[in-house]
Amino acid sequence: MTALCQLDLAHPIVNGSGTFDAIAARRAFGEALLDDFPFAAFVSKTITVHPRAGNPPPRLWETPAGMINSIGLPNKGLERYLAEDLPQLAELPVPLVTNVMGSTAAEIATLLEALDDRDEIAAVELNVSCPNITTGLDIGADPAELSAVLREVRGRTAKPLIVKLTPNTADVAAVAEAAEASGADAVSLINTLRAFAPDPGRPGEPWLGGGTGGLSGPAIRAVALAQVAAVACRVSIPVVGMGGVQTGQHAAQFLEAGATLVGVGTESFRDPAAGARISRELHDLFAKSGAIDRSTAPNV
Amino acid sequence: MTAPFGRRRLEIAENREVGAYRVMRAPDPDGPAPAPGQFYMLAAADRWGGGEEERPFLPRAFSVLRATAAGLEFMIEDVGPGTRRLCELRPGDGLWVTGPLGIGFTGPGVGRTALLCGGGVGIAPLAIWQDALLATGKEAPALVGFRDASHAEGAALLQAVQIATDDGSAGHHGLVTELLAAALAADPRRVVYTCGPPAMLEAVRAICADLAVPALLALESAMACGFGACFGCVVSAADGSYIRICLDGPVVDAERLMEIPAH
Repeated sequence: MTALCQLDLAHPIVNGSGTFDAIAARRAFGEALLDDFPFAAFVSKTITVHPRAGNPPPRLWETPAGMINSIGLPNKGLERYLAEDLPQLAELPVPLVTNVMGSTAAEIATLLEALDDRDEIAAVELNVSCPNITTGLDIGADPAELSAVLREVRGRTAKPLIVKLTPNTADVAAVAEAAEASGADAVSLINTLRAFAPDPGRPGEPWLGGGTGGLSGPAIRAVALAQVAAVACRVSIPVVGMGGVQTGQHAAQFLEAGATLVGVGTESFRDPAAGARISRELHDLFAKSGAIDRSTAPNV
Repeated sequence: MTAPFGRRRLEIAENREVGAYRVMRAPDPDGPAPAPGQFYMLAAADRWGGGEEERPFLPRAFSVLRATAAGLEFMIEDVGPGTRRLCELRPGDGLWVTGPLGIGFTGPGVGRTALLCGGGVGIAPLAIWQDALLATGKEAPALVGFRDASHAEGAALLQAVQIATDDGSAGHHGLVTELLAAALAADPRRVVYTCGPPAMLEAVRAICADLAVPALLALESAMACGFGACFGCVVSAADGSYIRICLDGPVVDAERLMEIPAH
């Protein structure tokens, strides 16, 4: 048993936000998805106050050992998420974490308040990888900026609040400290690294419809391990670590770096059941080595 | 038909040359029979994303060419690192598959007959669909376009074909859409089933729209996952929204679409 912010979880493997659509997967794979659900908690894709269509295609570019995406956070908006998606997500056999993003403190407050009285939601994850349109600064790129926003919105929900940090900042540990000091119950990292894919047919021009994108996959695992370790030794709240995890061995490395939970993202694209496999591999690894006894694995 | 959850490892039983293409066959004893037009995500079990600097990394989406008791068949053209690796596979090699995925073709209904129109490797989903139509006693003539005679050997995978080639080395010298326009002029009471490169699909869509002939397009896109998770494979719908080709396609009614983009 693993725990995060009073949530009891069957194992330490969760999905990275935006890398697994449980409603779509149920259409593709049927009820078998629920029988062997690959994650100990399900993190929704990012929900915004208003609907977003997402970026124009092309949205993907494969790299050595990874991919760049420029999806643009398409979602139905808060109202339709609550009305249409939440009832379906509530049928999943694991706790639900709803990921939200706002471009002002007021928008974030609206989102947190709207989710607060929904019992189906166990925790909220706040995506701060976006500009604050009031100040022009990336909310998650600067400790003071993040503090100011969090202090304004933290009281709007009694649910556990996980702050999903951006790796595209000078000192991610300082931002994590600011998150903890301003009311975050946990932090998760890393999000994708800002990246560019040149169009092979148009020198200097972007391939991706959104211009730049975010790099994910095993290409970023070493960066992720460094950032998770840097954050974990500076905060006392739990850390959800992710970035290029493909095996139970990789997940163990994140736990050893100080993570409490481990997110699987891009690997689920290659194998929809990757989360379940990684969880089994991690279990077997602990059973074999005894290095980290699962019964005493880092709990909070 | 929903897919078994997760990818499964199959073994290549045959890799044969058909003109400029390879046709791979892999028995899939535990998988459900696919509907014509459905697709699978494929990746070689070895040397696929194994090295730090190695592409391919993501699986590749392929419409199923045929599905019989002998296995699933896929038609592959070597055009990049993923297709090259798949073309290299030999009997006994492992193949990861996830599928069948997506929505396939639906029949022409009352008062219309099927007309198939394919370009290049896009003829693959039309083969399994033609089999299904012929098996129920329906007619299903096929118009197929290729760049040259070597690629046009792929036409042997279908029946009742009329061929066009870009260079005139086999069949009609010109575009398959010219054959389509002539066929629809002769008999517009058709439903056109089509798959091919984007420019061809756009031409088919426009011709059918002008003549008010229904068209079902099997769309292709780069995909990271194939099951709705990545949101990478979207195409613009007529209502201004984006639809996921993997989940709401790959077979989409032309009426739902705006102009087909070039890539």
